[in-house]
Amino acid sequence: MSLLQVRNLSIHFGGVKAVQNVSFDIDAGIVYSVIGPNGAGKTTLFNLITGVYKPTSGEIRLDGEAIHGRAPSELARRGVARTFQNLQICMNMSAIENVMVGAHLRLDRNPFKAALRLPSLRRRDRELRAEAAQLMEFVGLGQYVEARADAMSYGALKRLEIARALAMKPRPIFLDEPAAGLNPKETIEVDTLVRKIADSGVTVVLVEHDMKMVMNLSDRILVLDYGKKLAEGSGAEVRANPDVIAAYLGTHA
Amino acid sequence: MKKTPFLGLGLLAVVLAVLPFVLPNSFYLDLAVRMAINAIIVIGLNLLIGFAGQISLGHAGFLGIGAYASAVLPTHVGWHPLLALLAGAAASALLAALLARPIFKLKGHYLAMATLGLGIIINIALRNEAQWTGGPDGMVVPAMELFGYEIGSDRQWYWVVAVLLVIAVWASLNLIDSPFGRALRALHGSEVASQVVGVDVARYKGAIFVMSAFSASVMGSISAHYIGFISPAYADFFHSIELVTMVVIGGMASVYGSVVGAVLLTALPQALATFEGWETVAFGAILMLCMIFLPRGLVPTLAARFGKGE
Amino acid sequence: MLAQFLQFLFSGVTVGATYALAALGFTLIYNASNVINFAQGEFIMLGGMLAVFFAQMGLPLPVVLLLAVLVPAVVGVLVEKLAIEPVKGAETVTLIIITIGASLVIRGIVQVWLGKNTFSLPAFSGDAPIEILGATLLPQSLWVLGITALVVAGLWYFFNRTLQGKAMLATSFNRTAAELVGINTSWVLFLSFAMSAALGALGGILITPITLTSYDVGIMLGLKGFVAAVVGGLGNGLGAVVGGLLVGILEAMGAGYISSAYKDAIPFVLILLILFFMPRGLFGGKSTDRV
Repeated sequence: MSLLQVRNLSIHFGGVKAVQNVSFDIDAGIVYSVIGPNGAGKTTLFNLITGVYKPTSGEIRLDGEAIHGRAPSELARRGVARTFQNLQICMNMSAIENVMVGAHLRLDRNPFKAALRLPSLRRRDRELRAEAAQLMEFVGLGQYVEARADAMSYGALKRLEIARALAMKPRPIFLDEPAAGLNPKETIEVDTLVRKIADSGVTVVLVEHDMKMVMNLSDRILVLDYGKKLAEGSGAEVRANPDVIAAYLGTHA
Repeated sequence: MKKTPFLGLGLLAVVLAVLPFVLPNSFYLDLAVRMAINAIIVIGLNLLIGFAGQISLGHAGFLGIGAYASAVLPTHVGWHPLLALLAGAAASALLAALLARPIFKLKGHYLAMATLGLGIIINIALRNEAQWTGGPDGMVVPAMELFGYEIGSDRQWYWVVAVLLVIAVWASLNLIDSPFGRALRALHGSEVASQVVGVDVARYKGAIFVMSAFSASVMGSISAHYIGFISPAYADFFHSIELVTMVVIGGMASVYGSVVGAVLLTALPQALATFEGWETVAFGAILMLCMIFLPRGLVPTLAARFGKGE
Repeated sequence: MLAQFLQFLFSGVTVGATYALAALGFTLIYNASNVINFAQGEFIMLGGMLAVFFAQMGLPLPVVLLLAVLVPAVVGVLVEKLAIEPVKGAETVTLIIITIGASLVIRGIVQVWLGKNTFSLPAFSGDAPIEILGATLLPQSLWVLGITALVVAGLWYFFNRTLQGKAMLATSFNRTAAELVGINTSWVLFLSFAMSAALGALGGILITPITLTSYDVGIMLGLKGFVAAVVGGLGNGLGAVVGGLLVGILEAMGAGYISSAYKDAIPFVLILLILFFMPRGLFGGKSTDRV
């Protein structure tokens, strides 16, 4: 059975049908990309699956369990992680603390134990700090372990979000345009990083405009246009699909 | 974690231990007690406003509940002062817990409005229930008594609040550098990011609101016992604003900033007493100047200047 | 029964008109700058106190009115220039404290200058009450309602029919876009504070013959004006007027039928209830955060 099943998913904002009747399956362990022109509903689709928006109709199943309409924190509990197209970094915290927050659910969150500085909590926090530092190393932010978040470059912050998502030990990780706004060199590095994440066994769901990166990484691709599913298949299939060529790739192909 | 935050704690403890022996007279001792009481209140409020990013313009209402519990319950019902203090704190915490859900659905100015309204309603109730509270004239508060000993002198109170202040600073520093505290700061930094990593935002906002209300109520009780008299002005809108100003002038999201803000703003009215009639103008002007020239507050601004950070 | 109800209604609508003017003041400044001006109540106080001052100098009523509106407008502009503009884009709490600082300065100066006494102002056209179905209506109430209605109509015309007004509306929707099409947003800010202070002052002058005034009436009047602005949904002009009247009427009804001691608490209970069920006020839309 697929890790994630989406059936007839729709959301309307007033009269705007941002996502209409979209269905697809994502198998565990693959890189699944969602592409489409600006305004096609890609980010809205992410917001629906990760619980930020509640769907108007349709269903979403993770491992067979219905998860649509649940709060983001409940989805986090089930291992759904994501990054944001427009950065959502906590600038009031240090870089490594941003990553540590990703492990929120794996920790003892009791405020009284914390206020009393119980040794067990401190020990766990030290371990976590080491783990977070490793994650930062993994995403290529080794030199920022001691940095403040508000002192980092845009490109570094994009990876910091990925590190935070990885700290959740996610099953599917949703990356919303991880290469947007990056220079070509940084884009290649992110490309490599996504490959590394997928190789570590995490299912990656990707929204990205960089076609080279999408074609290079994806096992399967979903094409959205005006909120509707236009096509789905492997890179080669999508590229050969006349609808897609007409609507989207036309100018590139 | 870096050891530096606790350096300040040691320094604070030393200053507090030495202070009563170097203060020239009882006027300054009294001032020191009131500074320490305010500092503890402001630390709690800063956890809510500065760290979790949730404004409260009605916090003096909780002070009022605590203060009046300590005045009314022993006087009219004959309760032990300590029991009255706890009852007041429990009532404040319960009220905060009941209101947390609907109040923290609100954001920005709507949240400001709701908390302001809550404080004013409490204040008006205290003013109007004259048969219990003495109305606008206020009432005398019986002495606090612990294990058969009465705490009466300024010096005794000084040691009580000094110890409480050190504990409050220590516990708050611990709290903000813990999973709970990181979640609080994260929901301030980006609410949606904190949600998707699993922070139940409503619960955390509620929890810190309850804690700060509890702490304010306890300190309200202590303040009432210390001064020996309480009037509704203690719980009014202006007092709520004073507390928020202490948070902001000392520095949002800075535990030591809370102490500095409380010390400065408790001393300010004393310093301004010489202005004869112009105190209000001077106080207002100083608030404005501080906010215009030090919008981030004293401690964070100084920390940034000396490149240490907290 | 009916007479009593009408009596409460009259006094509620009269006070409500003052709240409405104050709420419009909050709305204007909020739209121009996203600032809640906690000094708004002091403009109400200033209007009433200055009217008393100028009237005692023996100036004719129209001159008194003009001066008691103009001086607060200048004060409003000073607040904007000296305290708000230097901190553009500061955090909400910082701005709240600045405007509260400004309110303390204004109140403190009036206290030193005119003292702590309570003052009265003669009604504009006599005190002979008008009887309507057993209830009495003061002629001053008619002045309050009439002038408020004129002001609201004038504002409506200004915002819907004049270029200047539309420029202010545009700025409230999107400052950057407004600047890009050539609107002078700092002029808009200037105008908002002047208008808002003038509106508050006008309300203060009109109501003073009925309720009296002193240096410290601004706090409660201002906070209730804020309640009225939030009732309708912040930034909504019509909402501010409806909110003001609603707060005034409910307050008068509550004081009459429930408890006069808790009169001042009624607006705040009302706003809590409204916000608990409609987090953005009666006319505030539902917002979706974009991420």
